[in-house]
Amino acid sequence: MFAYISRRLGMMFVIVFGASFMAYNLQAYSSNPLSIFGESTELNKDFLIAKMIRDLQLDVPPPLRYFSWLRGIIGGLWGDFNLGLSRSDIPVSEIIGQAIPVTIRLVITATFLAIILGVSVGMITAIRQYSRFDYVMTFISFLLFSLPIFWVAVLLKEFMAIQFNDFLVDPVIHPVGIVITALLFGFVIAGFVGGKKSGFFSVFGGAAIFAGIVLSYLSASRWFIEPSLGIFGVTFLALCNAVLVIQLISGVENRKGIYAGFGTAIAMAALYYPLQLLMSASASFLNVIAIFAITIAAGCGIGFIVSPIDRRTYIRIGLFTALLSTFPIIVDRFLREFSEYMNSDAVGRRPIPTLGQANDLLTPEQLNNYWIHGLDTAVHLVLPTIALTLISFAGYVRFARGSLLEVLNMDYIRTARAKGLTERTVIVRHGMRNAMLPLTTILVNDFAGLFGGAIITEGVFAWRGMGQVFNNAIRNYDLNLFMGVFIISAFLTVMANFVADLLYGVVDPRIRIRK
Amino acid sequence: MSNVNQAAGSNPEKNENEIQSRDTVGLTQKQIIVKRFVKHKAAMGSLFGLIFIFIFVFTATGLQFGNSQNPTTVPGWWKFKITDIDPEGAIAASCNGGVTGCPTLDLAPSFLDGDGIRIGAHPFGTDIIGTDYFALVVRGAQQSILVMLIVGFLGIVLGTTIGAIAGFYGGLIDAVLMRLTDMFLVTPTLIIGSVIGYRFGNFGVIPLALLLGFFAWMGLARFVRTEFLTLREREFVDAARVAGASDRRIIFKHILPNAMGIIIVSGTLLASGAILAESALSYLGFGVKPPDVSLGLLISQYQDSFSISPWLFWWPGTLIVSIALFVNFIGDGLRDAFDPRQRRHISFKDRRNAKELNGKRP
Repeated sequence: MFAYISRRLGMMFVIVFGASFMAYNLQAYSSNPLSIFGESTELNKDFLIAKMIRDLQLDVPPPLRYFSWLRGIIGGLWGDFNLGLSRSDIPVSEIIGQAIPVTIRLVITATFLAIILGVSVGMITAIRQYSRFDYVMTFISFLLFSLPIFWVAVLLKEFMAIQFNDFLVDPVIHPVGIVITALLFGFVIAGFVGGKKSGFFSVFGGAAIFAGIVLSYLSASRWFIEPSLGIFGVTFLALCNAVLVIQLISGVENRKGIYAGFGTAIAMAALYYPLQLLMSASASFLNVIAIFAITIAAGCGIGFIVSPIDRRTYIRIGLFTALLSTFPIIVDRFLREFSEYMNSDAVGRRPIPTLGQANDLLTPEQLNNYWIHGLDTAVHLVLPTIALTLISFAGYVRFARGSLLEVLNMDYIRTARAKGLTERTVIVRHGMRNAMLPLTTILVNDFAGLFGGAIITEGVFAWRGMGQVFNNAIRNYDLNLFMGVFIISAFLTVMANFVADLLYGVVDPRIRIRK
Repeated sequence: MSNVNQAAGSNPEKNENEIQSRDTVGLTQKQIIVKRFVKHKAAMGSLFGLIFIFIFVFTATGLQFGNSQNPTTVPGWWKFKITDIDPEGAIAASCNGGVTGCPTLDLAPSFLDGDGIRIGAHPFGTDIIGTDYFALVVRGAQQSILVMLIVGFLGIVLGTTIGAIAGFYGGLIDAVLMRLTDMFLVTPTLIIGSVIGYRFGNFGVIPLALLLGFFAWMGLARFVRTEFLTLREREFVDAARVAGASDRRIIFKHILPNAMGIIIVSGTLLASGAILAESALSYLGFGVKPPDVSLGLLISQYQDSFSISPWLFWWPGTLIVSIALFVNFIGDGLRDAFDPRQRRHISFKDRRNAKELNGKRP
C-alpha cells in the first residue's frame, strides 16, 4: 500500500511538472507583453520597455524562465513557497487566496444540488425505463447538455431577476400561470410515482390540484413579498421527508419504521418554537450547528427508543428525517427576514440582483445580522446557482441512469429477486448502492474541475473569483498569475484522480490496489 | 461474424434474448448496426435536422476561405453579406414603438394575425447599425460547424492513434503515452483554449479549430486504449497472430473495426463539446474576433440588448442549441446501435409473441 501511494504521488509530480512546463511555455510564447507599447507615443517609451523586460525577465528564454518560477513552488518543501508577483506587484498567492473562497461559495451549492437532483432523477428514470417520464427527462437532459451556460445566464437574468422583481411589485400570479405550473408539477410527481395508467391519472390529478391550491393561496396571501413557512409548512415538509426516508430505508409496511419517521417529524414540529430562541438577530454560524446537533440528537433518540431490535435501522430513519427537516426550520428563519431585506434602502424592492457577489450598500448593522447577511449572499447566489445546476444536472442524470441500468441487468439482481426480497430492498440495497460506486469517481473529479468550469459563470455574473483572476491574467499577459491559477487547477485534478482511485478501492471490495 | 446469432443458437431456452435476436437473423454486424440506428427515431430525426442546417447555412451566404483580409468567396443564394449595411431596411422594419431592425419573418398564417406568411427583407432582423442578421447568424453557424468538424476529426485521429498504440503495445510505450495524456488532461480545456484563442483568434476560425483539436483528444485516447487492452487478449487476435499477421494488419483489420463503436460515439460527443467550447471562448473574447463572426460572439455582443431587441439574442442561441442537441442525439443513437449488450425495449407485443412461442408464462 505504501509503495503504491508513493509511486502514485511521484507520478503526480511528474504530470504536474510536465503540464505546467507546457502551459508556461504556451502562454509565454503566445503572449507579448511589449505589444502594449506598439502605439505608445510616450517620451520614455524605451525606458519603460527596458523596465518591463527587466521586471518580467523577458530576456530569459521561457523554458529557462520556467525554472525560476518552479523554484518558488519547490521552495514549498522547506517553507519558502512563492508563486511570484503579479504585474501589479501583489503576491500571486495573496490574490488567489482571496479568490478561492469566492469561487467555492459560487459553485458548492450548485454542485450539491446538481448531484442530488441529477442522481435521484437519473435513478428514477432508470427504474421507470421507457416510461413517459423517462422519455421526457431524457429529452430535457439532452437539451440542458446542449445549452451554453452564458446563454442560459442571460435568459435567467431576464426572466428570473428582472421580470421576477417586476412581479414582486404586485405579487399576484395569473390564473393561467397557476394552471400551467400545477399541470407541470402533477406530471413530474406522477412520473416519479409511475405505475399503471389509471394510477398515473389519479396521482397526476391529485398533485396538480394540490399545487394549484398552494399557488393560489400564495398568490392571494401576497406570500412572495412576505414569505415564511410557518409551523404548518415546517411540519408538512417534515412529514414529507419522513415518508421519503421511510420509503427508502424500511418500507411503509414496517410499522416501527413509521413510528420512528413520523415521531421524528412531529418532534421537529414541537421543536419549532423552542429553536427560535437560538435564532435571534445576534446568532452566528455556531448557532446553526447547535440547531443541527439538537435536531439530530432528537431524531436519533426517537429511533433509539422505538425498538430494541434492529435499532440501527430506526436510528438511521430518525437521523435522516431530522437532518432533512432541519433545513425548512432554518430556511423559514431566513425567509422571515425577506421583507425587511427587500424594503431596506440598499435593496430598493428589487431583491434578485443580476450581477455581483454581495450588496455593497448594506449597513454595518445589517451585515452583523447573520440572517440578513445570509439572505444577501443567498439572493446573489440564486441566478449563478440555477445556471450551474441546470448545466451540470444533465450529466449526472445520464450517468446515474446508465449506471443503475447496468447494475439492474446484473445476475445478482436476478438472484436477489429470486430469493423473494421486496422490490424496494432489491433496488435500494442491491441496485442503488452498487450503481453509486462508479459515481464516486465522477463526483471527486467534478469537484476538482469546478474551478475551470466557473470561468464563464463568474464572467457573466461579475463574481471576483478564480475565473476573473484567470481572465485578467490572460488579458494583462500576467504570466505568474496565470500559472498560479493553472497550478491550483492542475494540482486539484491530479489529487482528485488519486483520491478517487483510493476511495474506489475502499468502497468497492472487488477492487484490489496493486502492490 | 454475428455474436448475437451465436449466443441465441447456443442457448436453447426461448428467453427474452431470443425475442431480440430474431430481428437480426442472417444480418451482418454492419447491417444490424445500421438497422438499429435507423430505428432510433430521435437520432434519425436529428441526423436529418443536422443535414438540413448544414446545407442551409453553407449554401446561403456561400463560402469564404482564407483570412479576413483577402478572402476567396463562393457566392450563395442570400442577397446580403455580413459586410453589407442596410440602414433604410432596418428603419423600415421597425416595431414596438420605434425599435429598428425587427425581424420581418412572419410564420403565422393570415387567419391568425392578418399579416400572412412572409419572409421580408430581413427575416432575422438587423443589428444596431443595420447589418442583415440572417447573414451574420448563418456565417456564425458556418464557423461553428467548421469548428465542430475539424475538432471532431482531429480529436478522433489523434485520440485513436495514441490510444491504439498505447493499448496494443502496452508496457513502457503505454506508460509514457498515458502519462502524456494525463499531462494534457490536467489542463482544463477552457484554460488552454483561452491561451490559444487570445493569440490565434484573429487568424480565423480554421487555425483556432486546428489548435483546439490538438488539445481535445485525451478522453478518446483513454477510451480507445481501454478497448484495445481488452480486445488484444481476445481469441481472434491470437488466431490472426498464429496465422502470421503483422502488427499493422492486426491493428487495422482485426482490432480497429471492433473498437469503431466507441470511437464514433466519443467522436460525436467531442464534436458537440467543441461547438460549446468554441462559442464559450468567443463569448469570453478569446475565440473568433470581429469583424469575423461566430455564434458565441454574437451572443456576447448583444446580451445587454436582450430586453430591447431580443431577436439578436434568440437566433444565434437557438442555432447553437439545435446543432449541439442534434449532434448529441445522433451520438445517443449511435451508442445504442453499437452496444451489443444494450437491452432493447421489449414491447407488450413482443412479450405476447414470446408467450405463444413458449406456450407458458415467460
